[in-house]
Amino acid sequence: MSHLVILPFLLPILGGLLLLLPPIQNALIRQRIFAIFTSLLLILVSATLLHTSYTQGTQLYLLGNWQPPFGIVLVADPLAALLMLLTSVLGLAAILFACAGDDETGMYYHTLILLLMAGVNGAFLTGDLFNLFVCFEILLIASYALLVHGGGKQKTQASLHYVILNLVGSSIFLIALGILYGMLGTLNIADMAIKLQHLSHDDQLLVKVAGLLLLVVFGLKSAMLPLHFWLPRTYAAASAPVAAMFAIMTKVGIYSIFRVHTVIFGEQAGELAHIAQFWLWPIAILTLFAGAVGTLASSNLRLLTANMILISVGTLLVGAALGSEQSAGAAFYYLLHTTLVSAAMFLIADMISRQRGKAEDRFVQARQMKQRDLLAGLYFVAAIAMVGMPPLSGFIGKALLLQAADSGASMAWSWSAILLAGLAAIIALSRAGTTLFWRVTSLNEEGEQVPVAKLLAVSLLLICSPLLVIFAGPVTAVTSTAAAVLHDPALSVDALLPALNLSAGGY
Amino acid sequence: MEALFALCVGVLTTCGVFLILRGRTFPVVVGLTLLGYAVNLFLFSSGRLSINSAAIIGSTDQYGDPLPQALVLTAIVIGFAMTAFVVILAMRGRGDLGNDHVDGRIPDHSSLSDKERN
Repeated sequence: MSHLVILPFLLPILGGLLLLLPPIQNALIRQRIFAIFTSLLLILVSATLLHTSYTQGTQLYLLGNWQPPFGIVLVADPLAALLMLLTSVLGLAAILFACAGDDETGMYYHTLILLLMAGVNGAFLTGDLFNLFVCFEILLIASYALLVHGGGKQKTQASLHYVILNLVGSSIFLIALGILYGMLGTLNIADMAIKLQHLSHDDQLLVKVAGLLLLVVFGLKSAMLPLHFWLPRTYAAASAPVAAMFAIMTKVGIYSIFRVHTVIFGEQAGELAHIAQFWLWPIAILTLFAGAVGTLASSNLRLLTANMILISVGTLLVGAALGSEQSAGAAFYYLLHTTLVSAAMFLIADMISRQRGKAEDRFVQARQMKQRDLLAGLYFVAAIAMVGMPPLSGFIGKALLLQAADSGASMAWSWSAILLAGLAAIIALSRAGTTLFWRVTSLNEEGEQVPVAKLLAVSLLLICSPLLVIFAGPVTAVTSTAAAVLHDPALSVDALLPALNLSAGGY
Repeated sequence: MEALFALCVGVLTTCGVFLILRGRTFPVVVGLTLLGYAVNLFLFSSGRLSINSAAIIGSTDQYGDPLPQALVLTAIVIGFAMTAFVVILAMRGRGDLGNDHVDGRIPDHSSLSDKERN
């Protein structure tokens, strides 16, 4: 059993704690170097793990060597490893960007980012639902502290809503877990998928309630329609690198929907199969609609980007609602692209607002930015990727997803919703760009020159978009393998319960 | 016993939800705490309710399920930390925003009476 599997969870926790101890804690420069070093190491570890899980199949890690349904298990399948790699890249960018000065506005920035990464990685890795809850709490605690990082009225106000909503969400999560454990007697995801098949009709109803409660919780995390009101204000209030890092958090919710509602409530679940699909369709379409309206109504770039996140959540939910292996693979590709690009857009919004004086990133006429050409170039690349125009990765992601809709009805709904939301995004982003870069008066000599660290962070995120296109072949191979593993009960259920297979039938 | 237990959980949840929907931070925090109690009780009952059954095999004929107890313990610790955090955040909100309304400002409905506004 390789200990590599637990490293993406342990490494950031250890790194985060070491950051608090004297030799590193004394000087900011040492903190920065150490944090960058840790996140580079994390990229290396998750890339290795992705390679291992892709070539040798799912890696199982038994803590304390307990036999699977009983102990705590970590499951590194290609999907989890891929998303951990994504998290590490995003974390590196958030740390690099903050090194240019954002980490001086409050304490413990790097520690909190690393702990957030630990929580996110843990949520991707865990093989049982209770630890999913625990990892959610780890990442939430870090995110609460990060949200108020830097201080200010807006942040306090936004974080009050965010914290209270998430505490209620956690309670609902626990209620769902209580019902599931009471009915199935297990919390291991793979074991649940098996136990689910032997339920009486009355028990099935209760489990269905629990399954839909879980959908509500994950919906709250991922900001799907009726539960999305917290997102735009929270993301717009957070400081730029924090908002960029938060781009992964909605995706944790999406990942959980895919994991729980494909593995537990998937094909083989009998009467409970696909209980979420009925709700996911209208919710996905409405989320896309709300996001599209939001982008058109946004009054500044950060709010616009937050609403673009809403559109991407809607798009991913369409992928979940389609429910096929192909659509899941397409959704994972789109997920990679959208997380990186929307994070980059948050960072660009910050760089723009620092050169526009009092106008910040609001869409009003202002003085010309000092480095207009550079910022406009970055904005242009990010915007093209975001709306899904060729030649960047957004186009491939959307094309794959549209291709995955096979039947007539699903094609009609998903194509029209995704394409119309894309049109709204094009209008909103081009209008924003015109105002920011062309409706200018005299040149503004003041304002901060873009620091190299910030430029590096943004280019790191943006370069991923063309890379995703150039290496589209291998990347789609990995995402479709991830989807195949998720949809194949032999790999996502039976392979995770080795002890039960030995005594097959006696269960 | 089941009926009494269920009633307790139900009343706690109802009170919790009612208080969470209030406009001031203090009732909301109390509501979150009550909801947390309800959830912990509920989680505990998922291992079935039984009397005189320790969670150790061999000491009694009937033994309880240890897992829900471990889960409840974890949930209590997390809930406690979260409550502490939200109390501090509410106090900071009171300081930063000048009032204790969850939205950061007292809603200006001139049609409401003073009592409704609070």
